[in-house]
Amino acid sequence: MKSLEELKAIRDRMKSSVTLREEQGDNIRVVVGMATCGIAAGARPVLSAFTEEVAKRSLQNVTVTQTGCIGICQYEPVVEVYEADGKKTTYIKMTADKVAKVVTDHLVNGNVVKEYTIGNL
Amino acid sequence: MYRSHVLVCGGTGCTSSGSQQIIEALESELKQSGLENEVKVVKTGCFGLCALGPIMIVYPEGCFYSEVKTTDIPEIVNEHLLKGRIVKRLLYQETVAEDSADVKSLNETQFYAKQHRVALRNCGVINPENIDEYIGVDGYQALGKVLTEMTPQQVIDTVLASGLRGRGGAGFPTGRKWSFAAANEAPQKYVCCNADEGDPGAFMDRSVLEGDPHVVIEAMAIAGYAIGASQGYIYVRAEYPIAVHRLQVAINQAREYGLLGKNIFDSGFDFDLDIRLGAGAFVCGEETALMTSIEGHRGEPRPRPPFPAVKGLFESPTILNNVETYANVPQIILKGAEWFASMGTEKSKGTKVFALGGKIKNTGLVEVPMGTPLREIIEDIGGGIPNGKKFKAAQTGGPSGGCIPASLIDTPIDYDNLLEIGSMMGSGGLIVMDEDTCMVDIAKFFLEFTVDESCGKCTPCRVGTKRLYEMLDKITRGTATMEDLDKMEELCYYIKNNSLCGLGQTAPNPVLSTLRYFRDEYEAHIIEKRCPAGVCKHLMQITILEDKCKGCTLCARTCPVGAIEGSVKNPHKINQDKCIKCGACMEKCKFGAIIKK
Repeated sequence: MKSLEELKAIRDRMKSSVTLREEQGDNIRVVVGMATCGIAAGARPVLSAFTEEVAKRSLQNVTVTQTGCIGICQYEPVVEVYEADGKKTTYIKMTADKVAKVVTDHLVNGNVVKEYTIGNL
Repeated sequence: MYRSHVLVCGGTGCTSSGSQQIIEALESELKQSGLENEVKVVKTGCFGLCALGPIMIVYPEGCFYSEVKTTDIPEIVNEHLLKGRIVKRLLYQETVAEDSADVKSLNETQFYAKQHRVALRNCGVINPENIDEYIGVDGYQALGKVLTEMTPQQVIDTVLASGLRGRGGAGFPTGRKWSFAAANEAPQKYVCCNADEGDPGAFMDRSVLEGDPHVVIEAMAIAGYAIGASQGYIYVRAEYPIAVHRLQVAINQAREYGLLGKNIFDSGFDFDLDIRLGAGAFVCGEETALMTSIEGHRGEPRPRPPFPAVKGLFESPTILNNVETYANVPQIILKGAEWFASMGTEKSKGTKVFALGGKIKNTGLVEVPMGTPLREIIEDIGGGIPNGKKFKAAQTGGPSGGCIPASLIDTPIDYDNLLEIGSMMGSGGLIVMDEDTCMVDIAKFFLEFTVDESCGKCTPCRVGTKRLYEMLDKITRGTATMEDLDKMEELCYYIKNNSLCGLGQTAPNPVLSTLRYFRDEYEAHIIEKRCPAGVCKHLMQITILEDKCKGCTLCARTCPVGAIEGSVKNPHKINQDKCIKCGACMEKCKFGAIIKK
C-alpha cells in the first residue's frame, strides 16, 4: 500500500461489514419470518436476497434480521418492514425475485410496493 | 455478505473458560445447518465482563449471551440464527426486562451504560487478527493524516494540547515526553512500548493488546514520526502468550500492507517494530530497567538523569509509553485535542481503564472518564459487593499504590486526587475489599511481593523491604510492640526517600496508606492481640461451643490434622496446639457450633 486512497478503499469496503456491529438508532428493520412454516415456504432465499441487495446498495441504515412465526403461515414467506417512525408494512408470499423491487421502491425511495402487501389480498 | 455476525470473546479470561471450543462448535453447527455463508463467526478481544465468560454477542440484534457452554450451541444456531428466536435463558440476566418481552441492548446495561470507551473502543468489536477490520473502523487513518498533512511538531502540539498523561501510573504528560526526545538531535532514536504489566490483578494492557493490537502499532508509528525515530520495540511479558501472538500477527500484516517498513504512504518516513519478551520481572516495568533488559542485560534500573529522552535505549534518545497511553493517540489525532480534553477533570483528561477485581460482582475491565467517583465504579458498574457484605476499602496502583477507605468512596478518581489521599493511579488495577479483609494482611501481601521483586541493586530497597516485611509479620503474629509501629513508619519514609527507582520509592505505600486510614487495626493487632477481620491466623482461635455441639463427629472427621477430639454424642474440643486454623470444620458443622474469634 502506498497511498491514502488505497487505505480509504479498504476502509469503505470493510465499513458496511463492521457497522453491522453498532447499535443502530433510526433504522429500517427488515424482518423475515424464519419459523418452520417460513423456511418450508422458501424464506431462506428471500432472506439471503435481502442481505445481498442491501449490501450491494450499501444501505447502512437497513438491518436485515429474522423472526419466528407470526401466525399467518398460509401467507409465508412473510417479510415485515419496520421504519424508524414505527410504521410497519407486511409483505406476503415473498420470493427472491420480488426482493429487488421492495428494496428499490420501499427501502430506498420510501414507496410501499402495494401489490406484494397483505392489504392487497 | 453476511447477514449476521456472531462475536465470541477470545480474550484470556474467556479463552480459559472455553471460548475456543465454543467457536469450533459454532462453526461446525453452522456448517451443518448450511448457514456458513450467512453467519460470520468473529473472534474478538475482551468485552470487559470477564466474570460472565465465555461471552458471545449476536449482531444485528445485539444479543448478549453469557456463560455459554458448547452444549448450548445447537440451540443458539437452530433457534436464534436460523429462526430468529432469541434464546432468552442464555441472555445476560440484566438484558432481559422483567415486565416485558423486550431485550435490552448491551449498552443499556448498568455495566456498560456508565462506561466511556476510548482506549478499549475496538476491544470486543473487531477481529484483532484481521487488519482489514481495524481499517474498517478508521484504523491507520490517523497515521495517514499525520504523514501526509502534519509536521512532527504539529503532532507533538496536538498530543500536548490534548492533556494526555502517561497511563502507566506516574501520569507524566505524554506530549512533553515526546517534545524532549524530539529536541535531542541524534542519528538514531527509539520508540518503546511498556507492555510489562506486572501489578497483581491488573490486565488492562493485556486486553488492549489482545483485542486491538493494531492501535498500538499505529500509535507507535505516529510517535516515531513525531520524534524522528525509525525503530520501535514493544516490551511485553512472556506470560501473555495470546497478546504476544496477536501482536506478531498484527505486525506482520502491517508490514505486508506497507504500514510498517520503508517509505510509508510514500512520505519518505521509515518505521519498523519488533517485540521483546520480558521474563516476568516486576522491576522491568521501570523504564530504565526495561531498556537495560531490551539491550540484553540483566533488568536493573540506573539513576536518572540522564533521562531516556536524552540517553535511553542503546544510549540514544528514547520515548517509552504505556500500552493504554498509545491506545489513545490515534483517536486524539483523528478527533482532535479539544475532543479529548473535553473528557475528564482539569488536570487529568480523557478516560482511564480499570481492571476491577477482588470482592466485586462484575469482575472485569471498565473504562470511565477521569473524575468518575469511586462509588459509581464499584456500585453501579461493578454491581456492588457480593453476599451483602460491606465495602471496606479499594486498593489502586498495586504494590506501588495504596488504599482508599470507605469514607472516601465519593472521591473523583484522577491522578492528583489519588496522590492526595495517599494512593496513586498506577496502571489501573482496582481491587475491592470487603469487611472480611485484614488491612495489615493486605499490606503484608504487597510487601511480600516487592521483597520478591526487588532487583537487589540498591540497599534501601533490597534490605529495607525485607525488614519492613518482617515487622509486618511480627504484627500479624501478635508479638509486636507500639515501638515497632513507630520504627516501621520511620523505615517506610527511609525506603521511600533513598531507593534508586520507582519500585523501592513506592514500595512502602501500601503500608503507609493502611497506617493512615486503618491505624486502629494495626493497634488492635499489637495491643489487644486481635485481628478485627479474623484473618491473621496467629491471632485467632477456632473453638467449639459446648452447648451447641451435638457430638455428630463430622468436624473431627473433616479436620486435616486430627486436632478435634471427642466421642459420639458428646461435645467435641479443639486441641489448639494442633489446629492450623484452616476453617474446614466450620464449613462442615451443621449446627453453627464452631466459631472463630
